Amino acid sequence: MLFTQISQLSRRSVVRLLRQPQVIAPALMFPLLIFGFQAAGLSSAADIPGFPSDSYVSFLLAFPLVQGTLFAAVSAGTDLANDIETGFLNRLSMTPMHPVALLIGMLAGVVSLGFLQSVVFIIVGLLVGVTFAAGFLGALVLIVLTTLTALGFGGVGAILALRTGSGEAVQGLFPLLLVTFFLSSILLPRDLIETDWFRIVATYNPVSYIVEGIRSLIITGWDGQALALGFIVAAGLIVVGISGAVLSLRGRVART
Amino acid sequence: MAGNSGGIEVEGLVREFGKGFRAVDEIDLRVEPGEIYGFLGPNGAGKSTTVLMLTTLLPPTGGSARVAGYDIVKQGAEVRSSIGAALQEAALDPFLTGREHLNLQAAMHGIGRKERKRRADALLEQVGLSEAAGRRVGGYSGGMKRRLDLALALVHEPRILFLDEPTTGLDPQSRSALWDEVGRLAKEGVTVFLTTQYLEEADVLADRVGIIDNGKIVAEDTPDALKAEVGRSSIEARPADPNDLDAVARALEQFGEPISASAGSAAVRLENRTQGLTEVVRALDREDLQVSSLELNEPSLDDVYLAKTGRKLEGAGDEGGEEA
Repeated sequence: MLFTQISQLSRRSVVRLLRQPQVIAPALMFPLLIFGFQAAGLSSAADIPGFPSDSYVSFLLAFPLVQGTLFAAVSAGTDLANDIETGFLNRLSMTPMHPVALLIGMLAGVVSLGFLQSVVFIIVGLLVGVTFAAGFLGALVLIVLTTLTALGFGGVGAILALRTGSGEAVQGLFPLLLVTFFLSSILLPRDLIETDWFRIVATYNPVSYIVEGIRSLIITGWDGQALALGFIVAAGLIVVGISGAVLSLRGRVART
Repeated sequence: MAGNSGGIEVEGLVREFGKGFRAVDEIDLRVEPGEIYGFLGPNGAGKSTTVLMLTTLLPPTGGSARVAGYDIVKQGAEVRSSIGAALQEAALDPFLTGREHLNLQAAMHGIGRKERKRRADALLEQVGLSEAAGRRVGGYSGGMKRRLDLALALVHEPRILFLDEPTTGLDPQSRSALWDEVGRLAKEGVTVFLTTQYLEEADVLADRVGIIDNGKIVAEDTPDALKAEVGRSSIEARPADPNDLDAVARALEQFGEPISASAGSAAVRLENRTQGLTEVVRALDREDLQVSSLELNEPSLDDVYLAKTGRKLEGAGDEGGEEA
């Protein structure tokens, strides 16, 4: 029965997502717009001595890929909060639903959106001349890493949704995630950040390692260390996000 | 203890919220299998809190209750498998169709694919939503949402159905359709626990009525017995000539105590239940008084509510703040 519950709730998440172009469109357009503006305005950064790529566009493609995961997380968290606010969670709670099925079902939507974003952003990257140093296989690994990151952030969104039961509170998470995102190595390599405090923050910021893992596949090739760090951080995010969400779910689905 | 009943037994049930506020205060009630029990009270009286406890969504802070023979605290899973519920808001996903809702709900109950389809078809037909089954729920009217909500509550063929204010906000036609469906379910042996703030709804549907006020049950019986307990009929007469109002009032006073009446009319509460319009007409005729209208009003559940709580039900919960 658990498998049926998971598959049906996952199906619901994906169907909901596909029927909401107003969610999908900004999740694709907003990161691409900023990507376009940044690429146009900061292209000369590639001339800085020691810059790891001749093409700033290639360097910057990690930007929409990681920013997209934040959108996916907020979108999924908002959906879950809506289920709480409308009483849909209560309806499900009155069935023999396993709480884990609810969580996995919800995260299926995040994974779907994360996957869709990765594919679209890679295609756009190819169209504007980005080449993948790690080749086609590298692009596939990039999609996996980005999707896992979306899953981890999705768990964080779920925690907030389950703790507060408020869609507004979940949306309030987005600016915080965005600040964390910009305080990473997303716009410049860490060794080229001259301001000490910024470099230190970026070094301690786990988002930097996801960015660098993704970026390595585009501009360096197969960099084992960067990839390992990227996957370790994504896995850590998933462990923290999902375990926190499971604990929060127990409190929210307080059936007798 | 194994479940062996399609009924509900509640003893001393309490639910306290912060600072000792008791939304439900030691209520006792018993609903027999196959009965429609109307739980009547204004907003904030404790109706929904009681339903949340009986459906295992809210743990009680005192007392005990068995639903379908299962303890609501110790045997929550068994209770949930025996009941269906349509709570106060029709909690539906606007992006799913009616059929997708039924399929999802049935899957959560572990019902196989073929059976899910069969039950969905049958229930959609039953609640008159076959044609709208493939449409997204976001485009449904309030009545359609309520009917789908009811179908969802029935998908696993429960023995007990909880309906929390199922007709609030519905137009008269949708309300009547839902009443018909609830009546049909009861005939099939489903026990129905129905909360409502509509007197007419309780009167029409319920075999027995419990009136809750400030978390306590203040009266419980069949609607007829409750009305008989408090009720004496009243008569209201409107003189054809407005100048005869005092004379008509004096003529009526021999049948009972005067009560308030609409403008231009006089009314009395009859002292004797056996007295009726005939005696009044004769008395008015003896005095040569002409009336343009004469009404015999039977006691209503509103009179019962007034007698038991000192307030009219309409608007009684307004001072009570949020729904409890």
